[in-house]
Amino acid sequence: MLFLPSAAGLLFLLIDGLRRLPAFGHYPGPYGMVLNGVAVTERHATNLVSAVNFDYRAFDTLGEEFILFTATTAVVMLLRNMRGESEPPSARESRKEGASDALRAFALAFVVAMIVLGGYVVVHGAITPGGGFQGGVVLATGAFLLFLAGETLAMKRLAPNTMLEIADAAGAAGFALLGLGGLIFAGVFFENFLDLGKPGSLNSAGMIPLVSISIGLEVAAAFLLIWSEFLDQALLVRGEE
Amino acid sequence: MSVLPYVVAAWLFVIGLYGIVTSRHLVHLAVCLTVVQSSTYLVLLSSGYVRHGSAPIYADIPPVTTAVDPVVQALTLTDIVVESTITALVLALAVQAMKRFGSVDPNFLRQLRG
Amino acid sequence: MNDVFQAIAMISMGVVGTAVVLARDPLRQALVLGIYGMTMVLTFFALQAPDVALSAIVITTVGLPPMVLLALRKMRDYRDGSEE
Repeated sequence: MLFLPSAAGLLFLLIDGLRRLPAFGHYPGPYGMVLNGVAVTERHATNLVSAVNFDYRAFDTLGEEFILFTATTAVVMLLRNMRGESEPPSARESRKEGASDALRAFALAFVVAMIVLGGYVVVHGAITPGGGFQGGVVLATGAFLLFLAGETLAMKRLAPNTMLEIADAAGAAGFALLGLGGLIFAGVFFENFLDLGKPGSLNSAGMIPLVSISIGLEVAAAFLLIWSEFLDQALLVRGEE
Repeated sequence: MSVLPYVVAAWLFVIGLYGIVTSRHLVHLAVCLTVVQSSTYLVLLSSGYVRHGSAPIYADIPPVTTAVDPVVQALTLTDIVVESTITALVLALAVQAMKRFGSVDPNFLRQLRG
Repeated sequence: MNDVFQAIAMISMGVVGTAVVLARDPLRQALVLGIYGMTMVLTFFALQAPDVALSAIVITTVGLPPMVLLALRKMRDYRDGSEE
């Protein structure tokens, strides 16, 4: 096979190139050390990774978020075109045979807990590890548990597709609008223009919690949309038979 | 020890590439793509590690403690979430291919025209 | 001590990554992917990155394997539907 020698060559080149990086543990660059020193006093945020993501490098996060948005739109467009047929009547949707009662009870008990946990992780983005991205996926998991419990119709009622699309767009637009707010009120795009409170309290770090909330909304809606589209396909084909 | 993270990352990259090249199922290909992407996370995080540094969260430690680089962690964090969405896109394409051509073998799909 | 933990975590990541590629059946591969995610989380903790580890936990347990399984289910439905 032609691949194996070239793979061995690539492996050798990669190791040789990566070996010349600064040795593991001896970090030379000044940017990280400078940020570690000034970020707490400058932005009153204790979670520096979120501060970097949502404030110092918020422009990069804007790009990443729109990658997420575009990929979700592409998945929805791809899978929705395949549904040429009409929707099956929802009365035919019976309880999933495979889910046992214990699984159903357990999953249903955890839905509220996951939503609360997701909200906590999102809102405390500036203080403790967490933030918009992680909390958004936890929120989506909370609604997805309804599917695992066999109550797919309840999941559709909790998060209908139209509402998910609106939430997705609202999250993405909210993030861009916060950047524009920085432009309007402080003269620089994505400048932190809100009042910086006491570091460690819930409303500190200016606009970082707001950015965290809008990104959490967008990520949760994006994941739920993708899962709903995959689920729709599986359900519809079963309903046709 | 000082070169172990980079060796593991390079190995993951090459083995994922091998999986992509010799794959016979489009879903297997999508998962191997995930392995390749995770090797880049390892390189990013290892390049920002400071010996005896702590996590860059200053909620309960004095603000003068040495900590690891937060910039690469921010990059890797958004990267992980976006990667899973891209994998969903590849999976949606695979489902579409199964519907149209009835097969998910990349070798079979390559021979189709039009 | 931390050095040993880091070495173990990274080597386990390499080993399980190889297992992910060598598992040819996509159904089995989805489960090995979950284990691979756990080794990734251990490595990120060893490298002092709690945020990234949180993100990896959530994505590799609830983000990726359900998507793979749903896609497989959908493809099997299509194949069974076309063979009838």
